[in-house]
Amino acid sequence: MTDISVGLDPRAPLLHVDDLHVEFRTRDGVAKAVNGASFYLQPGETLAILGESGCGKSVTAQAVMGILDSPPGHVTGGQVLYRGVDLLKLAEKDRRQFRANRIAMIFQDALSALNPVYTVGFQLAELFRKHRGMSRSAAKLKAIELLDQVRIPAAKDRINDYPHQFSGGMRQRVMIAMALALDPEVLIADEPTTALDVTVQAQIMGLLAELQRQRNMGLLLITHDMGVVADVADRISVMYAGKIVEEAPVHDIYARPAHPYTKALLESIPRLDHKGRELNVIRGLPPSLTDIPKGCAFHPRCGYAREICRMDQEPPAYQIAAHRIARCHFIREVLGV
Amino acid sequence: MFRYIVRRLLQMVLTFFGATFIVYALMFAVQDDPIQALVGEKPITDSQRAALTERYHLGDNFFAQYWYYIKGLLTGDFGTSMTNRKVADMLADAWPVTLRLSVMAIVIAATIAILAGVVSAIRRGSIFDNATLVVTLIVLAMPIVVIAPIAQLVFGIKLGWFPVTAGRDASLWQLLLPAAVLASLVVATELRVTRASVAENLRADYVRTARAKGLTGARVIGVHVLRNSLIPVITLIGVDLGALMSGAIVTEKVFNIPGVGFNLFRGIRTEDGPLVVGFVSVLVIVFLVVNLIVDLLYAALDPRIRYE
Repeated sequence: MTDISVGLDPRAPLLHVDDLHVEFRTRDGVAKAVNGASFYLQPGETLAILGESGCGKSVTAQAVMGILDSPPGHVTGGQVLYRGVDLLKLAEKDRRQFRANRIAMIFQDALSALNPVYTVGFQLAELFRKHRGMSRSAAKLKAIELLDQVRIPAAKDRINDYPHQFSGGMRQRVMIAMALALDPEVLIADEPTTALDVTVQAQIMGLLAELQRQRNMGLLLITHDMGVVADVADRISVMYAGKIVEEAPVHDIYARPAHPYTKALLESIPRLDHKGRELNVIRGLPPSLTDIPKGCAFHPRCGYAREICRMDQEPPAYQIAAHRIARCHFIREVLGV
Repeated sequence: MFRYIVRRLLQMVLTFFGATFIVYALMFAVQDDPIQALVGEKPITDSQRAALTERYHLGDNFFAQYWYYIKGLLTGDFGTSMTNRKVADMLADAWPVTLRLSVMAIVIAATIAILAGVVSAIRRGSIFDNATLVVTLIVLAMPIVVIAPIAQLVFGIKLGWFPVTAGRDASLWQLLLPAAVLASLVVATELRVTRASVAENLRADYVRTARAKGLTGARVIGVHVLRNSLIPVITLIGVDLGALMSGAIVTEKVFNIPGVGFNLFRGIRTEDGPLVVGFVSVLVIVFLVVNLIVDLLYAALDPRIRYE
């Protein structure tokens, strides 16, 4: 095994995605799923990537992991820097060493994300056997230890159970255990609680937050659920049509959104103090990725849109404050200053 | 699990009697003059004819004949062939070579089907994928009565790569060409099913998880995808056994292998009722047992299936 720590710069950001472009080449044309997404993540920090279905947030996560279905998916530009090392430039053999070891991922639906024909013990132990060269028995002990850590009752007995024998919440705990097995520094959670009941959602998010604190991991939380984000995220990147349209610390964004899309998203959350009033919804649909509108991609659905928004030139990233950017020509209007 | 096996065994008893009854009825229906068929073109005296009729209960009605047959079967007596040999002895003679032939055919077919199926599923749309599609279509379109003599002519006689015929104590090498011919009967469908199954599983979420775990491509395919993909293929291989049995009748005749198919072919031609029914009865048992094993294997491969 080659030593993967060579070339890593401890002063560089833990994870820095810069101007990432991903497209899917299908028979129906080229779908531009990610169009210059940029963000960074530091140890112990939680960055939420927020957006509607099909905005490119899951594809971004898969590109970072290097597990895009290719073909049809292709990374066509940008960098994914892990401690200064561009993962996109590594050979597959070297890149594989980063997966699970340094960057791990949790998926939305644990039932389909776990292999149905192997026991959870096998699927956990596999990591220790293949990455750490442990024996079957030693790997099994580690697997039991992990299931204990994610608080699965009677871990010793459940190690030989199959995924379908677990409840939804317990299965997601197994997923978390699998992701944390090799002590990664970055954890990507792609809609980790979407498939779960509300009460279970809270438990899983609580567990994730706790494990993140213990291990000082960087957590990249991909979600469409603004409620989940408010509780756990430090910063939010709002994604629309494959681009980060606004980035801000969590409290700022809830108090004063700077991008019309963020504002519309916040207004579409049902609130107790708005009881009896009609809910604001964002009109229209997200654009087709094979035909993204010119200029600002949000302009067909935007209440602030004017002639300039429809021009070829897309709005630049305006710096509003430290750690705050938004891609809109009318930030001042949206902020109300 | 135990109850499931018991229930299946009881079903097998019913199926067995049903199948032997139908075969017996069919042989009875096509019987014209089995005694004349037995002695061939020569004339036969009335006393000889009477003796043979008496001996094989040919004068009795159908149900009486079937009753005699079943009574014999239940006491372990498969009856006597019209050629005056014990059917049980003939079975003992014929089965070893047929068993070798069919196991070879199953192994050849499964190996080619799974290897080529996996590769063409991984490289969908490649030259290899399209080439296997064309070849499987050709093989599917050719009946065994065409493939067997052509293979014998081309590879046995013209090119001389393989022995032309195989005898009773044929070596594995001598059986290779007949086994390959037999395998061609089932390899095409097994390959297509493998390809479809692997292609479907490659898109599954658990494959993405396996890759996110930093496993090598070989392990993702060989351990995670393959076991899931083989579930329908294993079932198909069990069902294919029936096709192999009927294929063996032609193949053994063409390559002159005195196995089960060879004897059946002769029995059908000479209207030898006891021989045909005896051989088919054993074939029915083999088919039923193999399919039970396949169903149990199915549960071993897929833990979500539990027989209750």
